[in-house]
Amino acid sequence: MGKRSVIPYGPQHPVLPEPIHIDLVVEDETVIEAIPSVGFIHRGLEGLAEKRDFNQMTYIAERVCGICSFQHGMGYCEAVERVFGVEVPNRAKYLRTIWAELGRMHSHLLWLGLLADGFGYENLFYQCWRVREKVLDLQEMTSGGRLIFSVNCVGGVLKDIPQEKLDIILKTLDEVEEECKIIKDTFFQDYTVQSRLQGVGILTKEQAHDLGCAGPFARASGIRTDMRKLGYAAYPDLDFEPIISTAGDSFARCYIRTMEVFQSIDLLRQAIAKIPNETDLVTPVKGNPNGEAFMRVEQPRGEAVYYVKANGSPNLDRFRVRTPTFANLPGLCEMLKNTKLADVGLLVITIDPCVSCTER
Amino acid sequence: MAKLKKSPWLLHYDGSSCNGCDIEVLAALTPVYDAERFGVMNTGDPLQADIFLITGGINTQNKDVVKQLYDQMPRPKVVVAVGVCACTGGVFKDCYNILGGADSVIPVDIYVPGCAARPQAIIDGVVQAVELLEKRSEEHKAMKKNKKKGA
Repeated sequence: MGKRSVIPYGPQHPVLPEPIHIDLVVEDETVIEAIPSVGFIHRGLEGLAEKRDFNQMTYIAERVCGICSFQHGMGYCEAVERVFGVEVPNRAKYLRTIWAELGRMHSHLLWLGLLADGFGYENLFYQCWRVREKVLDLQEMTSGGRLIFSVNCVGGVLKDIPQEKLDIILKTLDEVEEECKIIKDTFFQDYTVQSRLQGVGILTKEQAHDLGCAGPFARASGIRTDMRKLGYAAYPDLDFEPIISTAGDSFARCYIRTMEVFQSIDLLRQAIAKIPNETDLVTPVKGNPNGEAFMRVEQPRGEAVYYVKANGSPNLDRFRVRTPTFANLPGLCEMLKNTKLADVGLLVITIDPCVSCTER
Repeated sequence: MAKLKKSPWLLHYDGSSCNGCDIEVLAALTPVYDAERFGVMNTGDPLQADIFLITGGINTQNKDVVKQLYDQMPRPKVVVAVGVCACTGGVFKDCYNILGGADSVIPVDIYVPGCAARPQAIIDGVVQAVELLEKRSEEHKAMKKNKKKGA
């Protein structure tokens, strides 16, 4: 038996822009146990619900996380709309879907880049981020913001995307698809990528199920979970199947997210083809919300849960978010066991951690 | 910029930001915006860093971490607060766990506004920081010289 020691990992470290701290118990070079400690970015965002009214909270909810910002705003708005019992206009549903899928594309390309950076493939990192900038340009063109859009409101969306801009989106998607194919081939065929990812950090289907993992992390272990199938926004009208892999290793996670970029491109094309030509974008809501509601949204990182409790005053009683990274942390700690110390940085990236979501 | 003598290295730390500014900091370093053309490089090691980019406000948990990182950096050093949260606390100013902007713990030299701060704005902040660093570097040298003479 080798010598045991504890290595503190984080909160400030080179592989991830966000602070996450893990105490690694290692025996020689092998990790025996991983103990996470969180709270470095805790702001107390949910507490702001008592100080801001339910309309202002939309903008606070968007700032739970800057990467999946639109989907946070959408989840919050859909929850409040459920309290009010209002139906969003059809065109607004499609617009929400379009922005949500653009967000998923940019988030997955960002992750692919960070993964490449994690195993030292700097060129691939830069290529992924170069393609991602095109998606960001689309977001900026349609909403005015690169990352934080502020286009959601309770009852619908604030901005419309005119037909000319939808055409530009379609045209750019063609270019992005071509470039993504090259990136896909590199990830799937390059032997350096394979040697770092294949068979590393395996999480079995049973483990993933028992630990309650979510999103691409769970899908890579063979669990068929996709909240989009529950049917919010315009997803019931669109044709898609969750992408699943059964390998459960790091490469499977890379495979899922790469293929989901193409899935998003497909969904965007479907949504743009089917978008109804209406002028109504907002269903007005009257008075203050009263009651409680629960909403589940599939974010790039997995299932996010929004709980809203209102008491008839402008301020909400309680606003609660359960984010996907929080659900995936137990899976990460299980997966880190019996891996090499040098792989830890890479394995932390493979769950696509979003620490600011988790800690709010 | 023509007189630039050194390649300053960046240290980036996410205070309590929503992640938006952090990925914009990274985007500013990637080829489309390419802050590396100023010789700027991102490093994870505070002991080798000249410019400290901090995003997000300060909370009770990370105030010691930020202070420690700042103290570990060698002189001369420049601090850039990126994004409105690092400048003043931003939308999270009223949160119970937010103490304020980055300047509530460490001295901040340059403030980059925006939510999220755009890569162009971040590059502008970094370029200003580079100029300030040159100036401080001269002062630091002069101070050392005087000390030697005095001894």
